[in-house]
Amino acid sequence: MGAVHELTDAYEKYKDDPKFKRELDYLLTQYAGRPTALTYCENLSREYGPKIYLKREDLAHTGAHKINNALGQALLAKYMGKTRLIAETGAGQHGVATATAGAKLGLKTEVYMGTIDMKRQELNVFRMRLMGTNVIPVESGSKTLKDAINETMRDWVASFPNTHYLLGSVLGPHPYPMMVRDFQSVIGKELKEQMMKREGRLPSAIVACVGGGSNAIGAWYEFMGDKDVELIGVEAGGRGIKGGEHAARFADEKMGRKGVLQGTYSYVLQDGYGQIATTHSISAGLDYSAVGPEHSMLRDFKRAKYTYAKDDEALEAVKILCEKEGILPALESAHAVAHALKIAKDYDKDDIIVINLSGRGDKDINTIIESLGDKTK
Amino acid sequence: MRISDKFAELGKKGEKALILYISCGDPSAAETVRIAREIIDAGCDILELGLPFSDPLADGPTIQAASQRAIAAGMNTDRYFETCAQIGGVPKVCMTYYNLIFQYGLERFAKACYNSGITGLIVPDLPPEESGPLKKACEENGVDLISIVSPQMSEERMDTIKNKLSSDKSRMTEGFVYLQSVLGITGAREDMRAQLSGVIEEVRALGLPVAVGFGVSKPNQVRDLVAQGADGIIVGSALIKRINAKEDLASFVKSLKAATR
Repeated sequence: MGAVHELTDAYEKYKDDPKFKRELDYLLTQYAGRPTALTYCENLSREYGPKIYLKREDLAHTGAHKINNALGQALLAKYMGKTRLIAETGAGQHGVATATAGAKLGLKTEVYMGTIDMKRQELNVFRMRLMGTNVIPVESGSKTLKDAINETMRDWVASFPNTHYLLGSVLGPHPYPMMVRDFQSVIGKELKEQMMKREGRLPSAIVACVGGGSNAIGAWYEFMGDKDVELIGVEAGGRGIKGGEHAARFADEKMGRKGVLQGTYSYVLQDGYGQIATTHSISAGLDYSAVGPEHSMLRDFKRAKYTYAKDDEALEAVKILCEKEGILPALESAHAVAHALKIAKDYDKDDIIVINLSGRGDKDINTIIESLGDKTK
Repeated sequence: MRISDKFAELGKKGEKALILYISCGDPSAAETVRIAREIIDAGCDILELGLPFSDPLADGPTIQAASQRAIAAGMNTDRYFETCAQIGGVPKVCMTYYNLIFQYGLERFAKACYNSGITGLIVPDLPPEESGPLKKACEENGVDLISIVSPQMSEERMDTIKNKLSSDKSRMTEGFVYLQSVLGITGAREDMRAQLSGVIEEVRALGLPVAVGFGVSKPNQVRDLVAQGADGIIVGSALIKRINAKEDLASFVKSLKAATR
């Protein structure tokens, strides 16, 4: 608790500090390549009906939105006088972003990663190591994201005097959900400006995948007060909504209940006694048993709608986006693409659907080849 | 038996409390009852029974593994209370994580503690700032909600704990304060922080006995902590390692107990 109090104080102190903001803005524009493009998908729009746009977080440095938060927190860690960064990672995108920020800002970096995820996101393990980061394999529990977070927290409670825990999503104890949202809200700010310039109006819907939920919150936050803009979150439906086969916290009425995990009160997949359930998703980044607390609020207040896409639907979306638009999405982001294409028929030709394309799919090549295999020949 | 009665009884004899932790249901519920009886006979003064949780954030590899074994062997909250009810002779303390209590219902959980003879509750992932509702449920059911204090806790947070304690004057003399010997998680350590006496003194200002845990594994460490002023010593992982390796427990516990005299 001492650690999160110190972090809360530091964040409050620096978040509006002109020098901090200037430095972060410099890193985001001159290093991370922001603003990212807003791409109009002519081919998909023609085929599916409404105007479909992609917010191209896959074009940000390191290939996903994760860099926005990693640079923000790493800079904050420097201001706090910390010399070491630790982080958890599922898909490896947050780990790579942290490794990158650590290298750029001169902070020693260590990343915890479940051994199952290390196998399915091998490319990202190499990338982290290339940047001088020590990747620590996590063998406990389900050997995925949840367990990597446990291990990072266990490290931090002993190391916080010199170490910052660079948490990668809108999860964990306060101030993380708020702070990560703030650092990611640059996505929605750019999106709104780009959309007004291009179309002179707001979109009908913004669709994003939701694991912990940082890319979704980042894309939505600027639109919270624009009640006519539908916010649609897509969870991982895995092999279907049966125990242990998915990570759709909001879709499983029996196991997805409010609970406390890793310092957060939110919807959590669990058994009747409160033991945390195991999850499955083809995408490591969505394979997590809890969801960011702000998503729980948006769901209960009905400001956002949540649904899910299954493994095979995400894979099909990868194929469609490659063939029709020449873009290889991350498996996580493909869940959002799959759902957007599914609901497109319910919209008019003039409606605008934005998909937040949170990351690129190079890291998933092995999984995709294994699953689609012959179909690509 | 209330915890305060035990400390009073030991005080008269000039002894400190040996507090032992075992994970309930590891390797089975029946074995837990047998092991508990064995270590109580050997000198355990207060028994901490862990209700295993799938994601034990404050625990090191030894207790994590014990928790997983217990859950795999079928331990759950209902069976936990059934098992605890079969163990008597010393005050019993439940150690678990908040989600299990929250899902069971705070009132119902506190009542079940009382009904199975548990008079203390430790919840490492529940910060004092958020502990109000559970504290109330515990007070109404004769259970002490025990606070964990880290050696680097700020004065401000110490005050928060102090305020919680003094909200009910009658509670000031019950239970104990759990002082972590080191920052971090549970688990046997070779080297322990040499100087704790200053912190122990500070924590005693809260008005409760101070029990030190995290990392204690040997009689000479127990002796050292007693010399530094600890009122109780907590040993967990070192005991669980012996349980798991099917080593002799009685002589180990006796050697720890001897160091508290």
